[in-house]
Amino acid sequence: MAAVEEPQDYLDVLQSHRGGFSFENCKRNAYLASQVAIKPPTAMKSGTTICGIQLKDVVILAADTRSTCGPMVADKNCEKLHFIAKNVYCAGAGTAADLQHTTEMMESQMELLRMATGTQPRVCTVVRRLSSMLFKYQGYVGCALVLGGVDVTGPHLFQIYPHGSTDKLPFTSMGSGSLAAMAILEAEYNENLSVEEGKKLVAKAIRAGIFNDLGSGSNVDVCVITKDVGGTILRNFEKPNERKFRAKHAAFPIGTTPIMKQEITKLVSVEEDVVMRD
Amino acid sequence: MSGLMEYNGSAIVAMAGENCVGIASDTRHGIRQLQTVSCNRQKTFQVTDQCYVGLSGLATDVQTVSQLLNFRMKLFTLREERKMQPRMIGNMIASMLYEKRFGPYFTEPVVAGLDGEHKPYLCTFDFIGCLSTAEDFVVSGTTAEQLFGVCESFWRPGMNKDELFETLSQCLLSAADRDCLAGWGGVVHIITPDEIITKKLKGRMD
Repeated sequence: MAAVEEPQDYLDVLQSHRGGFSFENCKRNAYLASQVAIKPPTAMKSGTTICGIQLKDVVILAADTRSTCGPMVADKNCEKLHFIAKNVYCAGAGTAADLQHTTEMMESQMELLRMATGTQPRVCTVVRRLSSMLFKYQGYVGCALVLGGVDVTGPHLFQIYPHGSTDKLPFTSMGSGSLAAMAILEAEYNENLSVEEGKKLVAKAIRAGIFNDLGSGSNVDVCVITKDVGGTILRNFEKPNERKFRAKHAAFPIGTTPIMKQEITKLVSVEEDVVMRD
Repeated sequence: MSGLMEYNGSAIVAMAGENCVGIASDTRHGIRQLQTVSCNRQKTFQVTDQCYVGLSGLATDVQTVSQLLNFRMKLFTLREERKMQPRMIGNMIASMLYEKRFGPYFTEPVVAGLDGEHKPYLCTFDFIGCLSTAEDFVVSGTTAEQLFGVCESFWRPGMNKDELFETLSQCLLSAADRDCLAGWGGVVHIITPDEIITKKLKGRMD
């Protein structure tokens, strides 16, 4: 094992953290856990319904927009369709932080690859990189993905599990509402569907998840990826759960809340002279 | 409930108004339900002229993260000779927290600020750095559930700075009344394009 250099000051600590995970709090957290007899706090999850279908020369992905934290709805209209490259998008289920950061990392890797090779990234490249990364972390990075894209070899739809296994499928669904969505897809999927029919089908599958799975809810997002245009996200493609009422009561009168002390800091804008430095 | 997130207790809420944004927090620092150590704990921190970060959760990590943020902000201004925009601060906090994915800080930050065009920016994180932005309001802390409830019915679009203050403080006070771990007074900061108004609230002390 490589020798671990003891950091001398905070700059060293910062330097040693350039990239990769930091485990410096692990020992402390284990100690705290033993002292306080705790259960670990719940991270934000997307108890989700996501699905994707592959048609003649187009891939369509769809997702619901609810993110949960235990039984609480943490975000009523979050985005679960992630950009990876112009021609590759993915829908994610699992731990929200992992999904956000893993897809962002993949996005930057693919952009660097595109600039280095001068070609459009291929779907299988993204899948391989993601599955190697997820396998390396043994499932602790909780990303369940439905990944789709169109490249030189045609349209592709993949499914990636948190432990790193992958499947290439014509249609698939994931997340806690996957059973509901799959029921619709199994019954109605046909590879000869038109793009419009495809959009309707994925939206119907997600709706099945929204209404039958408690972890999924709110609206339907759809993403269509074609060879010519690349991917387009149709945000809130369907809104089956609009709020049924609006607050009509009067605002609180000014001075309702008793205060003890008030401080007002005036902000001024300062035009600084340009100083040349060498 | 016994966990590190519930050890010290906190209530933080931020709301958007018309060209202004507000952030409020309670001031209790306690040890579970057994003891209240102090009632003027700082939980909201000014990071730039027009941006505040509220930190809920374990008090030791609240302080550590606030100091880390302070350090990062200063280093950024020295290197780049400019101020960070709230959106950037949000992304920075997200990556700072996610770096510690497997040995996290037990704190859930909230960012509230005005961007260059005086548009409100609000976002919140879970303790491992999942950023979620909102147009209306964000909440955090042990009182999150109660705050969600009151804010959902009292928030309205297009509030001016005075309306925003009343709504924000009424939401905080009524939510904290239903959480025995938070309360004991409150602080509200209203950020407008040309001033920061800080008010200390008179709250229940039980």
